[in-house]
Amino acid sequence: MEVSWALLANAVIAGLLLGGFYAAMSVGISISFGMLDVVNIAHPAFIILGSYIAYIVNDRFGFDPIVVSVAVSPLFFLLGMVLYRIYYVCFERRGQESLRGLAFFFGILFITEVALVLIFGVDYRMVSTRYGDVTWRAGGVDFPMRLVVPFLVSMAMVIGVQLFLTRTFFGRAVLAVAQDQLALRLMGVNPVRVKELAFALSIATAGVAGAFLIVIQPVQPAIGREFIGLVFAVCVLGGMGSILGTLLGAFVLGLAESFTSTFFGPSWAPAVSFGLLLATLAFRPSGLLGR
Amino acid sequence: MSNKVFAAVALAVALALAAVTQLIPNDYFFTAAYTVLLFVILATAWNILGGYTGYVNFGSAAFFAIGAYTTVFFYNAFRAPLAVGIVAGTLVAGLAGLGLGYLTLRLRGVFFAIASLALAVVLYIFVVNWDYVGGARGAYVLQPRDVPFGLPRYIHLIYAVQLVMAALALVVARAIEHSTLGRGLAAIRDDELAAECSGVPTLKLKIFSTMVSCALMGMAGTTFPYYLSYIEPSSAFSLSYAVNSIAMPLIGGMMSWMGPLIGAVLLGSVQQLVQVTVSSAWNLLIVGVLLVLFVTLAPNGIMGWVDAWRRRKGR
Repeated sequence: MEVSWALLANAVIAGLLLGGFYAAMSVGISISFGMLDVVNIAHPAFIILGSYIAYIVNDRFGFDPIVVSVAVSPLFFLLGMVLYRIYYVCFERRGQESLRGLAFFFGILFITEVALVLIFGVDYRMVSTRYGDVTWRAGGVDFPMRLVVPFLVSMAMVIGVQLFLTRTFFGRAVLAVAQDQLALRLMGVNPVRVKELAFALSIATAGVAGAFLIVIQPVQPAIGREFIGLVFAVCVLGGMGSILGTLLGAFVLGLAESFTSTFFGPSWAPAVSFGLLLATLAFRPSGLLGR
Repeated sequence: MSNKVFAAVALAVALALAAVTQLIPNDYFFTAAYTVLLFVILATAWNILGGYTGYVNFGSAAFFAIGAYTTVFFYNAFRAPLAVGIVAGTLVAGLAGLGLGYLTLRLRGVFFAIASLALAVVLYIFVVNWDYVGGARGAYVLQPRDVPFGLPRYIHLIYAVQLVMAALALVVARAIEHSTLGRGLAAIRDDELAAECSGVPTLKLKIFSTMVSCALMGMAGTTFPYYLSYIEPSSAFSLSYAVNSIAMPLIGGMMSWMGPLIGAVLLGSVQQLVQVTVSSAWNLLIVGVLLVLFVTLAPNGIMGWVDAWRRRKGR
């Protein structure tokens, strides 16, 4: 059964590489949804926006998409600040976030998607990189560079976010917002300001994850909504507001998708994340590492 | 007006409209009006859960498609007539809503919202991979050759049926709004914990309103395969159904049955106009922008303006 062992090993490696990338996509949701309680279902729209910015610059000037995305991440940060301000003034302050706030983000998601369709059409876009076609082989197992490079940068980003949240003063303030906003107010800290910056950080990670996405696969405006379930599945599966949980959830999901597409066919893979999400919500809503 | 009187009036208005408009010589009218009516049903149905209970359903397209594909299934299996599809599609969508509600309504409202979105994608993939109902290629559902009631073409019938179903949806929504059940739902919307403490059986009410809402959405979809005689997954599961069924109640006003009706007729007609004169992508952009504008600037919608105006006049 030599062949099936190779198949299995390949599925595991592909799943892990994919999982690392999923962690990068979901870490922003872990911050905004898990810690700040802002249900940003437009998160995938910003990922796709990041993909398109990386695509434009790569297409025009030939720069590496991941470098581009890191360079433009301050813009995403600003966008996140503005978005949170609107959200706070219009919904959170009035206590209307549960219904109208959700509808607001849904509208943002939809507008971004349609605007991208109007500008770029519905064709799939891709980028050219030096490592895009390179594949390492070790003992019958493939390591395609178009997965390995985003995986490594993803890991660096996720671990960076985790260190930032646990080691810095501001990061701990974010964790404090997640726990008790009133107590934070009593300490003389403005929770709105903390949430604004943390939300901006989450949007910035979405922009960078967009570059990973377009390195891994061709991108079209409508694929964003397929990732809504994915990022929330990872966030909920791992346990709300835990970055390590997100990482774990992302690997579980990556492996599950990789096995599904290897043994049942790739057309079923997108259903895995949603199935896992529904199952988690039904049977263990606090997630794997939930508090 | 009591429920029975309102039901009689609504039905009479629907039948009268169906009869009078048959005189319109332009076939395009029926195609456009069908779509607007479809949105009236979807928006009214969405509002039963969204507006009355305060739970966001992003999966309107899923329940709409359940209705549509149930019709396709019964057509393929038994060549069943439209009426069978309507009844079966409504029931199946209601059961799907019951299941989804049972699994997720115990949790916070956002989980239901996310799960409803998830359901739409899972069902889409399921239908794409299910060859019996056409898979990704789509399925043909032939319109019967002889149209009942002496109507000239099948689209005229579909339009009349949709009109009656829209009236039915409005009657159901209004009945719920004015009942004890509706007051329970409003209590959940305003403060679920307080409602639970005051003895409102919140979970039961939520599950019931989800079921009714989803069943009506399914009903809206049952005529859809006959509309173009052809159906394929990406049009049946189109995100525009989800967006429209949220945007229309928000724009019209979510507190009463009239809001979604006004929103759907206005926004639906504007979209038909833009679709013909400009393009369908622009018309989706307009819906999205209007949704965001209304939700941020006029959270109570058009009916909110009307109420404010009435109050000012009364003073």
